[in-house]
Amino acid sequence: MEMPAPDARIMAKKAKLVSRLQQVLPKDAVIHDEFETRAYECDALTAYKCPPLCAVLPSSTEEVAAVLKICHEEGVPVVPRGSGTSLAGGALPTADCVILGVAKLSAVLETNYDDRYIRVQTGRTNLSVTGAVEENDFFYAPDPSSQLACAIAGNIAMNSGGAHCLKYGVTTNNLLGVTMVQMDGTIVEIGGAYLDAAGYDLLGIICGSEGQMGVVTEATLRILRKPEGARPVLMGFDDNEVAGACVADIIKAGVLPVAIEFMDRPVIRATEAFAGAGYPDCEALLIVEVEGSPQEIDDQLAKIMDIARKHNPVELRESTSAEESAKIWLGRKSAFGAMGQINDYMCLDGTIPVSELPYVLKRIGELSKQYGLDVGNVFHAGDGNMHPLILFNANKEGDLELCEAMGADILRLCVEVGGCLTGEHGVGIEKRDLMFDQFAPEDLEAQMKVKDVFDPKWLLNPAKVFPLSATETRRAG
Amino acid sequence: MMTPDSEAALAEAVAGATGPLRIQGGGTRPIGQAKGEVLSTAGLTGIELYEPGALTLVAKAGTPVAEIEAALAQENQRLPFEPMDHRALLGTTGEPTIGGGVATNASGPRRIQAGACRDSLIGVRYVDGQGTVIKNGGRVMKNVTGYDLVKLMAGSHGTLGVLSEVGFKVLPGIEATATLVVHGLDAARAVAAMSKALGSPYEISGAAYLPEATKTVLRLEGFEASVTYRLKALRALLDGFGDMEELHGEASRDLWAATRDVTHFAGVAGDLWRISVKPSDAPEVLKFLPSDMRYSLDWGGGLIWAVVSEGADLRGGLGKFSGHATCLRGAARTFHPEPAALAAISQGLRAQFDPRRIFNTGLMG
Repeated sequence: MEMPAPDARIMAKKAKLVSRLQQVLPKDAVIHDEFETRAYECDALTAYKCPPLCAVLPSSTEEVAAVLKICHEEGVPVVPRGSGTSLAGGALPTADCVILGVAKLSAVLETNYDDRYIRVQTGRTNLSVTGAVEENDFFYAPDPSSQLACAIAGNIAMNSGGAHCLKYGVTTNNLLGVTMVQMDGTIVEIGGAYLDAAGYDLLGIICGSEGQMGVVTEATLRILRKPEGARPVLMGFDDNEVAGACVADIIKAGVLPVAIEFMDRPVIRATEAFAGAGYPDCEALLIVEVEGSPQEIDDQLAKIMDIARKHNPVELRESTSAEESAKIWLGRKSAFGAMGQINDYMCLDGTIPVSELPYVLKRIGELSKQYGLDVGNVFHAGDGNMHPLILFNANKEGDLELCEAMGADILRLCVEVGGCLTGEHGVGIEKRDLMFDQFAPEDLEAQMKVKDVFDPKWLLNPAKVFPLSATETRRAG
Repeated sequence: MMTPDSEAALAEAVAGATGPLRIQGGGTRPIGQAKGEVLSTAGLTGIELYEPGALTLVAKAGTPVAEIEAALAQENQRLPFEPMDHRALLGTTGEPTIGGGVATNASGPRRIQAGACRDSLIGVRYVDGQGTVIKNGGRVMKNVTGYDLVKLMAGSHGTLGVLSEVGFKVLPGIEATATLVVHGLDAARAVAAMSKALGSPYEISGAAYLPEATKTVLRLEGFEASVTYRLKALRALLDGFGDMEELHGEASRDLWAATRDVTHFAGVAGDLWRISVKPSDAPEVLKFLPSDMRYSLDWGGGLIWAVVSEGADLRGGLGKFSGHATCLRGAARTFHPEPAALAAISQGLRAQFDPRRIFNTGLMG
C-alpha cells in the first residue's frame, strides 16, 4: 500500500502552521509534539501507521471553520477523524497533514419526540445517541458493531450499517440534516428536522463520502420508537447452499426479519471454543431475529420455523426467554474476538447478490487452499454483506502481503458475481486500488468531479477512496 | 421528439444535441417549464433483473411503473416507497415510468416508514451532458463503494443526467391492511394524534389529515393477526381524541391510493404547492398561508399539499419555519431558492455533469 510522499514545503512550515492554529484554538487543542501525535498515527486498520504533522481538537463548528480556513490558505491537507475505528484506513494520516478530530464535539443539542429526531454534535458515539433517548423508549437505528466507540461523524463519512439494517436501513436512510464546514471555512446547513431536503440530494452525496466533501459537525438524526420486543431463532444446516435457499424462502414468504446472520463452520468452531454458546457443529448456522409484540413474534417465528423445517435443519432452536436470546447471540457477537484468539485476521466487507452465496463460499474455500490461509465467514445474509475473516500471522515475514493479495482476490470475486467491494466499512486506503475492478475510468471520473465542486484543491482526506494514479493531477493542483 | 431505443442511442442523441433538451419519461409529471426538444426514455423498457429471494429488481428507465408493480405482485412483493401517480392531480395522460419516478423522487404516504424513492434506489446508469454513459451503485442493497451518485440522481429532475437504468431494493407484499379514522379534529389536534401514533411501537405506515372531511387517517399493514392487534392497541392509545372508525381491506387500500395521488385536488383550479416542514410546525405554517387556500396533510403533518389562488407566492409565509416549498403548478419559481453557499454547490454540480447546460434548462442548479 502506497501513500503520497509528504510535501517538503509543508513539512518545512510546521512551526508557522502550529502557531496560526494556536491563535484560533486553546493551546491544549493543538497537538504537535512528536510523541503525542503518535496517538493519531492510525485507526483500526493498524497495519499502516504514520504520525501526522499535528492534530487539532476543536470544540465548536466555528473553531472547525477557523482551522479549515487556515489549512486552506496554507495548502495543508486535512484528515478528519471521528473515533478512529475505521477498518478501511479512512483516518490514516500522511506526515504532512493535520488530523482534525471531532472528539470534543459530543453534545446533544436537541431531542424532539413529537417529530422523532435528535440533533447532536458529531463526535458523539453511536451508542450514546441511543443512550440519550432510550429512557423514553426510543433508539437510533444504525448499529455498527463498533457502536460503543465509533462517532456519528465517522458513521456519516462511511455511511455505516449494522446487523439491523435489513429493516431500518443504513446511516444515509436515517440522516435528516447536517451542519458542515467546507475546506475553505464556509459553514453550510443542509436539510433539517423535515423530510427530503431541498434541491439536489447533497445529504446523500455527503453521507459515505469518507470525509472528502467537508467536516460534518452537527447532525439531525431520525429516532424511532423501540419495538415491544425481539426474539431470535437459531438454525443449523449441513450445507451452505441449503442455508442460502432457506434465507431466500424466508424472504419470499413475506416475512422481513430484523436480522439474518450467517456463520460458516470455521467460525462456528472458533466461537464454540471461545464462548461456548452451544452451537451445533455443522456447515452453516443462521440466526434470524424478528420484532413486535409477544404474539406477533410467536406468529412470525412459527412461519420462519415452518420454512426452516422444509430444509431439514440439523438444529432448530427458538429462543423462549431473554437468557436464551442472549445465548444465541453470544457466539455471533464474539465471532471476531474468537477468530482473533486464533491468529491475526483481516476483515473483508464485500457484498454479493444473495443467490451467489454458495458459489462465492466455494470459491473462497478454494482461494483459502491456494494461499494457505484459513478463512471464516460471517455474513449479513439478508442483504448479502459478507465479512470473510482471513487469518494470518502479522509477525511472519510476507504473511500480511499474502493475506492482502487473497483479500483482493475475494473482493474481485464479489464484483465478478455482481456485487461490490465494500458494503459498510468504506473504501479508505484498503480497497482504494481495487476501484478500477468495479468502476470504469469514466465512472470514477464522475465521482471525482463531485469532489472538485466541494473541495477544488483536493485538500480533504485526499489520498483515500480513489486509486492514487487517478487523483494524482488533482492532488497536485 | 427523440425516443432512442437503446442506451447507446440515448448517449448518441445527447452527444449530438445542439440545443436544449427536455427530458421526459412518460410525460405524466411535467414539473417546471423546461424548453427544448423532447428526449424521451419511453423507448428504453424492460425488467433486466429480478431476484425475489434477494429483494432486488433492475429495470430500464422507461419501463412503466405499472409493469414493474405487476411483476412484483406476481411474487407477492412491492416497491417500498409507494410512488405517487401524478396523472389525476396534474391532469396529464400517458404512462408513468420508473425513471420519471426516480427523477422526481416520487414517494407516497409510506415515505414516513419505508423511506423515499431515493432510499430504495440501489443503482443507476445514466447519460451525462456530454453523452457519456456512467454507472453508480449496482444490484446489491448494501454498497458504500465510492460516492453515492445514486442518491444524487434521485430527485435531480433530469438536470444532471438522463437515466437509462435503475435498480431497487424491494419489500415483501402486504397480507392485510387497515385504517383507523379519527373524526372531527382540527389541524393542531390531528398533528398531535399523528405524532402520538408515529411515536408508538405500532409501525404506522401512513398518517394523513384530510381537513375537508375532518378525517385523520392512520394506516397499519402486515400479517392479519398483527394488524388486528395493532389496530386495537392504536385505538386505546388515541382514546379521547375523537370518534373512531375502522376501514379494512379494499376500503383502506382505496383511501390510501387517493391520498397518495392527492385526487381530492384533481381538477381544482389554482396554483399547486407541496411543502415539506417539521410535522409539529404544520399547524402554525398553515396560519401563514393565504386564507382562501385548500390543503391536506400527509407524512404525519410533514408534507402540506396546498391549492391557492393563482399568483400567490407561499414562500413569504414560510420564512421563520425550516423546510421548503415546491410549486408544481403556477407562475412561482418551481424549487425553493437555496442559500448562497448551497446554490454555489448546486450550480457547480450542474456545471460538472451537464457543462453545456442542455438538460431541462431553468430547473434546479
